[in-house]
Order: sequence, then structure tokens, then C-alpha cells
Amino acid sequence: MAIDLVAPGQGNVAFRASVVENAETVLPVSAASATITRGGRRVLDEFSLTVGDAPGLVAILGPNGAGKTLALRVLAGLIMPDKGQVTWAGHPPDRSRVRRIGVVFQRPVMLKRSALENVAYALRVAGASRSDAVARAAAALEDAGLLTLAHSPARRLSGGEQQRLALARAMALDPELLFLDEPTANVDPASMAAIEDRLACATKRGLRIALVTQNIAQARRLADRVIFMHRGRVGEDGDAASFFAGPATDAARRYVAGEIVA
Amino acid sequence: MADEFLQALGLIGRLDADLADIVGRSLAVSLSAVAAAALLALPFGALLATHVFPGRAVLVVLVNTLMGLPPVVVGLAVYLMLSASGPMGPLQLLYTPAAMIIAQAILVFPILAALTREALVAIEEDLGEQLSVFGVTPFERAGTLLWETRAALATALLAGFGRAIAEVGAVLIVGGNIAHVTRTMTTTIALETSKGELALALALGVILILVAGLVNAAVALLKSWNDLAQPARV
Repeated sequence: MAIDLVAPGQGNVAFRASVVENAETVLPVSAASATITRGGRRVLDEFSLTVGDAPGLVAILGPNGAGKTLALRVLAGLIMPDKGQVTWAGHPPDRSRVRRIGVVFQRPVMLKRSALENVAYALRVAGASRSDAVARAAAALEDAGLLTLAHSPARRLSGGEQQRLALARAMALDPELLFLDEPTANVDPASMAAIEDRLACATKRGLRIALVTQNIAQARRLADRVIFMHRGRVGEDGDAASFFAGPATDAARRYVAGEIVA
Repeated sequence: MADEFLQALGLIGRLDADLADIVGRSLAVSLSAVAAAALLALPFGALLATHVFPGRAVLVVLVNTLMGLPPVVVGLAVYLMLSASGPMGPLQLLYTPAAMIIAQAILVFPILAALTREALVAIEEDLGEQLSVFGVTPFERAGTLLWETRAALATALLAGFGRAIAEVGAVLIVGGNIAHVTRTMTTTIALETSKGELALALALGVILILVAGLVNAAVALLKSWNDLAQPARV
């Protein structure tokens, strides 16, 4: 039995209330012919992609309006497509496995609590005991270089600090796959460097990451694989070195060259 | 006039027994009404904010409309329910503090429900997707959203209390303004003023204004406490 909890495009949980055997893993995460239409326009058009099938960082590039963020939300199970399907390890997204996927949004979302309590909350919800959650939260903040801010109200931190905290919170949950939606778009250079450093280290340790970014230089620095999206579709999908050496499509070539791609 | 005012201050200063009795009853009735209303209104407001169901939009409009319920109309409705020939007549609650609590709770309910809904809608927009990422259960979601809006909910409770403690029409109709039984600050002010006995009325007026001032101060304090948790530079 599988019941849609939320109608497509409502921007809320779209997990299916199904019981999935072997509910441990979510990998690989796939979309097949996913289509979302808004205002008569196909903002995601027969979108098909698999991520998390191999270690490394996948950069999802593309111009504004290409559907990158929407694609991320669809793959993360936050939005159900109007048509097509999304699967985690071959099964529809379900609440029992949602914690195996981490998501960091472009605008960090913080609870009205301290930095430490923000991380501890996520761990508590995931089933950790209070003492374990606090200890693991403190360790996560230390890894992120935020331990001195542990007891500061999270919403009073700077944008860069909040984003580093959001990343620390997501990584503390030990996800199999981490989705990041332009995490450095609104942060200062020092925070960007810190975030990129964490991502590089996490990738080396085996965490699989899908990073939506407009920052081509960042993709060059971090990506093992590049997906170029254009007009709601996957325009190119290949290893990063090949992509940056010579994009196959005209749109990708112009995008990498810094031209405006409509 | 000045004499009456000095007498009023004297009543307050020496904690006059009648004055204390009336103030105590007023506070007890209004606090009980707010507590009773909150038990139903907070979950109802949360339901309106977080669940989609047929008729929700109509209920939202209805609740918002009822925020301006005239107290005398509520008093009349409760009177009809509790009168001997009414559906709740056998309970014999008319002209008791319980009847006044019921009337004030009905007055306060839409205020609490509407303000709760507004607060939760705003916080759901802010946090909803992140909570989904955390994999919270519906119960955890509701609890978290309520906790995250604690300052706004406390403000709503204070607003409800302000409405209850200051109203006169409903408690006058269903309480009957019986001395030492159902007499409250507002009904006493109305009665004493009509009798030309202004000292007690003025004393109660001063206390009512003090209570209103304290409620507003508490609201301001809660607001500043809440503002501390708001984003500063993002």
C-alpha cells in the first residue's frame, strides 16, 4: 500500500506511508521522467537522474530557472512530481528512511534555540538519548569550529556561521547522501572556504554529496561528477574533468564560458 | 470627586475585604476561562494551521470573525443554554462563577484559536521543510511548532486574559452580579456607578487599569524575549 500524504507541489513532505522492506539504505536515489508543471510551464521536464550510486561529490550546475533546486527537492522526497517517479534504493521515498538523507538549504533554517540545541534536537528526533545527543552535538560543533558558539542563540549567528551550523547538524545525523542547495550563496569568503573544506573532507571519508551550485569555480574545486541542467532537464551528465575540459552541449559551453544562458 | 478618589486609594491601600473579594473573584474567573479556552483553542488553532481538510477556509473565516464577538450576545447565548428551560438547565449553573467562566471562555476561544493559527502558519512556513528533513512525526512536529511559537502563544493567552477581565456584558447576564458570589470588578463598577457610590468603582477602575498595564508590560517583555531569538544578520 502506498498513500500520497501531500499533493504535488505543496512544498511539504511527500513521503509515502508504505512499509518498505530493507528500509536501511536509500542509495541510489533516482528520478525517472519526473515532471512538474507550474503556471503552465514545465519547470521540471522529464527529469531523470541517479545520484549516490558512487562515492564522491556531484555538482548540479545550470543557469537560473534550470530547475536545480526543484530537482534537489524532488530527489530528497520533499516534493512529489506531477508525473514520473522518485525512488530511494528502488522504493518510493518513505518516512522511515528520511534521516538517511541530509539536506542543507540555501537559507539556513534554525530553531529558536542555542547552536548546540539545534544539533541536539535533530539527534533527539533521530532517536538519540538526551546525553548522547548533547555529546554528539558538541562533537559536531567542534568539528565545524563552532564549539565556542555552542550556547549562542542560533538565529543570532552570522549567515556564514548559521550555514556552517546547518551543515554540522546535517552531518551529525550521519546521512548516506547529503543534498546541499547553494550552501555558500550568501556567506562570506571565510565561511565559504570552511564549508568547502568540510565538504572535501567528508567526501574523502566516503560521504556522498549532491551539491547544487551556481559557482563554477566551486564545482571545479569540489566535484567528481557534474550534472548540467537546462530548462528543467539534464543537459549533460559526466565526470567533472571531462565536463570542464569540453562541455558537449552549446548551452553548457556558454554557461562555463560565463555567458548568460536563457 | 477628589474625595471619592482619595477614598478609592484608601480602599486599595488598606486592602479592603470587599475589594479583595471582588478582585480575587475576577482574577479567578478570567484565569479559569482563559485556561479552559486554551485547552481547546490551542489544539484547534494548531489543527487549522497544519492540516488541510474540507471546510478549513470557512472555519478560519469564522474564527477570525468571532474574535469580535459582542460580550452581551455571548452572555445571552450562554443564558439561553443555562436557563431552566435550556439544554444545560439541569446543571443549574446560571448565576454561578461557572457560568461566568463558560461565557468568558467562549469569548476568549476565537482569539486564542486565531492567534495560535496565525503564529503556527508563520512558523510552519519557516521550519516546515526542515522538520520534514529531520523526519519528525506529526506529534513531534506539532510539539516543536508550539514550542517555537511559545512567545506568540503566551502573548495570545495574555490578550485573551485582557479581553476576559475587561468584559462586563456577558458576566453580568449569566452571573447576575450577586454580592460575594458572582460580583466581579467590571460588574461592580457598573453597579456602584449607577448607585452614585464612586469610591469602590474608582478603586476597582484603578486596579483594572493596573491589571491591563501589567498584561501589556508582560506582552512587551515576551516580545523582546522573542526578538532575541530572531535572525540578526541573515
